[in-house]
Amino acid sequence: MAELPPALSGFATTFKSMFRKVTTEQYPEEKVPTQPRFHGRHQLNRYPDGLEKCIGCELCAWACPADAILVEGAENTEEERFSPGERYGQVYQINYLRCIGCGLCIEACPTRALTMTNEYELADDDRGKLIYEKQDLLGPLLTGMVAPPHSMVEGTTDTDYYQGKVTKATPEQFEEAEEQRQAGV
Amino acid sequence: MTQVVENKETAAQDLITCTIDDIEIQVPKDTLIIRAAEKLGTYIPRFCDHPALAPVAACRMCLVEIEGMPKPQPSCAVTLSEGMKVRTQLTSEIAKGAQEGVMEFLLINHPLDCPVCDKGGECPLQNQAMSDGRPDSRFEIEKRTFDKPVELSTEILLDRERCVECARCTRFSEEIAGDKFIEFLERGTKQQIGIAEDEPFNSYFSGNTVQICPVGALTSSAYRFRSRPFDLVSAQTTCEHCAAGCNLRTDYRRETVMRRLAWEDKNVNEDWNCDKGRFAFAYLKDKRVTRARVMGQAALLPDAVEYAAQELTKHKGKVGVLTGGRLTLEDAWSYSKFTRVALKTNNVDFRNRPHSQEEAEFLAHSVAGGIITATYKEIESAPSVLLVNFEPEEESPIVFLRLRKAVANKKTKVFAITHLETKGLTKLGSKNILVRPGDETKLVRDALAQWSNNTNNLIEKLHSQISKPGSIIFVGERAAVIPGLLSALVELSTATGAKLSWIPRRAGERGAVEVGLLPNLLPGGRVTTDEESVAEIAAIWGVDVKDLPHTRGLCAEEIIDAAISGEIKALVLAGLEIKDYPQPAKLLAALEKVEFILSLSINESDLTQKADVVLPVAAVTEKAGTFVNWEGRPRPFGKAMTQNKSLSDSRIISMLADAMGHDFGPLTTSDIRQDLSALGVTARNQGKAPKYQAGLIPSLGDNQMLLSTFNQLIDDGALQAGEPHLAGTRRETVAKINAAAAEKLQIKNGETLTVTTSTGSITLPVEICQVADSVIWLPTNSAPSSVRQILNAHDGSVVMVSKGLNA
Repeated sequence: MAELPPALSGFATTFKSMFRKVTTEQYPEEKVPTQPRFHGRHQLNRYPDGLEKCIGCELCAWACPADAILVEGAENTEEERFSPGERYGQVYQINYLRCIGCGLCIEACPTRALTMTNEYELADDDRGKLIYEKQDLLGPLLTGMVAPPHSMVEGTTDTDYYQGKVTKATPEQFEEAEEQRQAGV
Repeated sequence: MTQVVENKETAAQDLITCTIDDIEIQVPKDTLIIRAAEKLGTYIPRFCDHPALAPVAACRMCLVEIEGMPKPQPSCAVTLSEGMKVRTQLTSEIAKGAQEGVMEFLLINHPLDCPVCDKGGECPLQNQAMSDGRPDSRFEIEKRTFDKPVELSTEILLDRERCVECARCTRFSEEIAGDKFIEFLERGTKQQIGIAEDEPFNSYFSGNTVQICPVGALTSSAYRFRSRPFDLVSAQTTCEHCAAGCNLRTDYRRETVMRRLAWEDKNVNEDWNCDKGRFAFAYLKDKRVTRARVMGQAALLPDAVEYAAQELTKHKGKVGVLTGGRLTLEDAWSYSKFTRVALKTNNVDFRNRPHSQEEAEFLAHSVAGGIITATYKEIESAPSVLLVNFEPEEESPIVFLRLRKAVANKKTKVFAITHLETKGLTKLGSKNILVRPGDETKLVRDALAQWSNNTNNLIEKLHSQISKPGSIIFVGERAAVIPGLLSALVELSTATGAKLSWIPRRAGERGAVEVGLLPNLLPGGRVTTDEESVAEIAAIWGVDVKDLPHTRGLCAEEIIDAAISGEIKALVLAGLEIKDYPQPAKLLAALEKVEFILSLSINESDLTQKADVVLPVAAVTEKAGTFVNWEGRPRPFGKAMTQNKSLSDSRIISMLADAMGHDFGPLTTSDIRQDLSALGVTARNQGKAPKYQAGLIPSLGDNQMLLSTFNQLIDDGALQAGEPHLAGTRRETVAKINAAAAEKLQIKNGETLTVTTSTGSITLPVEICQVADSVIWLPTNSAPSSVRQILNAHDGSVVMVSKGLNA
């Protein structure tokens, strides 16, 4: 077959492409799921009764090569308990202007408190808004969870929590939270 | 922790030759293996070993192989002998195996909570488990657990699971501090540190145990979970709390001080510091003056300075300057220069406490001019030390530690002329001569005149001891109010050859004396009335000698009186507390009367509320400076928080002077240090020795007693504000009287009594102990015992004492 003139061969490529599968994603109208292990926004996880897993140890901050994480620990008290054990993370900030999504923080976390979600929409027109605070990062309260501060399940230790022996909040914990809510009102 | 093998000049015959890891080494006799190995650069792992504590071989981590010995030996407790062949973990499988075995045992019950442990990241156990332990553990059974944390005191918390039973804390408390509050309880696996049930670990030195704990077993409430070691920026600083001049490590995170630690200085604080120096720093953050104010309204700094300068110019010559005892040497220098050159007066006094003309003369004669009388090192070699109106543990705790070390070495005997026996004096094994306030002068003079005929054996003994070369007399700031005492002590010192050292309570007092923040003194020990001295200073300051005042100025008390009578029209105040003054009510009256008050202050106080112009100044961590400690040793420190923009007192004074038409230059620290080095000292300029006679003790009526009072180390001082954990370890606030007085009042231990003067009364529980006859002791500034504020009284004042709530 004789070769097409150069001008036409260009059109031929265009014509062929019209019948190929389209790779363009119609973001933001259509959001395509990421790969399951994509490094997206972080999440601070909870134990099944709602207590936070974070112990404020700052190992994530230490591991971070971009210095994107700031943690300040504090002591749990009988009146105000946020995590099992003695210590919890009082201040927890991740600066997404700095975060490079490498996931070293996840590896450093000794309690699996910090994991990454697949959420990738980390852009804004305000730098301040890209510093995520603890309340922005905490995982949602699922069924059976009570928002801290509240006491641990009676008769358990932080080791029991760690070993997965606590599976949901007890009625006492719900009652306690309710009492605190009413006292707050 | 670094260790130094004592570099004594050792004669050749005292050296022995031995080998460590096949390396031949010569060391002085009685050198511990672990120290000799350090000299070679070999670090043998250890927990219990601490160079300042006696060997105990409790942790067994430092096992080494010694040729000829059947089993590995602890290198921290075995001294080298001639020809000994030692093999450490570097060359011996036996030593390495032994150390790994010990580490494995230590870790069996040690919890894996490093992420939440305050020691994590700077933990010898963590580090040495990595460097000298087995790679994995063979124990999979459950660890022993204890309840935690246990409160040993409000400040010190114990986590028993983490303890490796090295006994550093108990040995420190017993050997160094002399406070046997903590001890091992139980046996075997249950062995644990503990306290007696009703006796918390309220030692003034308890914080040191947290620092030397090689694991996270002892932690402090104040620092608990506040940060991790890798967050902290460390700076070398000097403690601002007392005249000891401790070398400190200040750790801060994001411009906030997180903790302070003792930093080794063999010449001063050795490895230790006191709890006040360690924990009392909340004032750096709380209630700061952040903006300049004029008449209560926030103002720009240049405007406020301009206004203050106008007002001060208006009252030139009629201004009093009260600076307090907390300024750095450099800032004190600036105040001194500003007062003389810009304000044209000698009305300046740093003494915001009971003081006297005699004291000012004594300071000019025996202290000012960079005189180094005694040093910490000399305490250790002194055959005897006489303490006069000075309670070392309460008023200068590091001096107390040195004294205790000297006494423990059995070289030094301590005598005290005191109003009462105290815990500190008892721990020093002090021979106490109890006197009533006012009788000290007579005692010193009598004893001086006829030592041998004295009926009092103790005084005779004191005389023979104090005459031995190298003896030291320590006198505290309280001697100022006892007429003739300082004069008598100067005589005693001259007659016996004993060194006379003045130990003030505050960090800036000695420096203030050196730069002449006194009505009778110019910088460098020059007196204000000596023409030549004034000329020398005028030359250094670059002013005409005629522009400097040539007369003695007014002391603090006179300034306050003059302000009340209207002769002084304006006051310049630097970092003061009203309640420090002998008669706070009078100071308040003076503040009401004067036309203008300028206050340069770190923190807000009742005093800044009364000032017309308030200027914020930098605290110690925000500027460079120098504190001169009681020895006369300069203790310079750099700016810890390098990002901080606060201005020091000196920089503000430079602006003030500029606005008043005097060019002082920028008065940076380095400028001032240059001026100070040009100062020099000439003995000719020394003031004359004070010659004062003893006062008369008033005759006491029924229910009347003489007051004795001093500040306890941990009390209501302004710099200790905002630290409840520290405040919880303070000694109990009690009045102390002797058994005879108790009988007269028909009062028992623990019952309350009331002390009354014309201005108010204080009710306290009573403790019956060894106090001089008809003397009652009260803590000066421990609520509810605010002696100066409520009673307007000081040592030797007559007070009414009655049983129960009120007379």
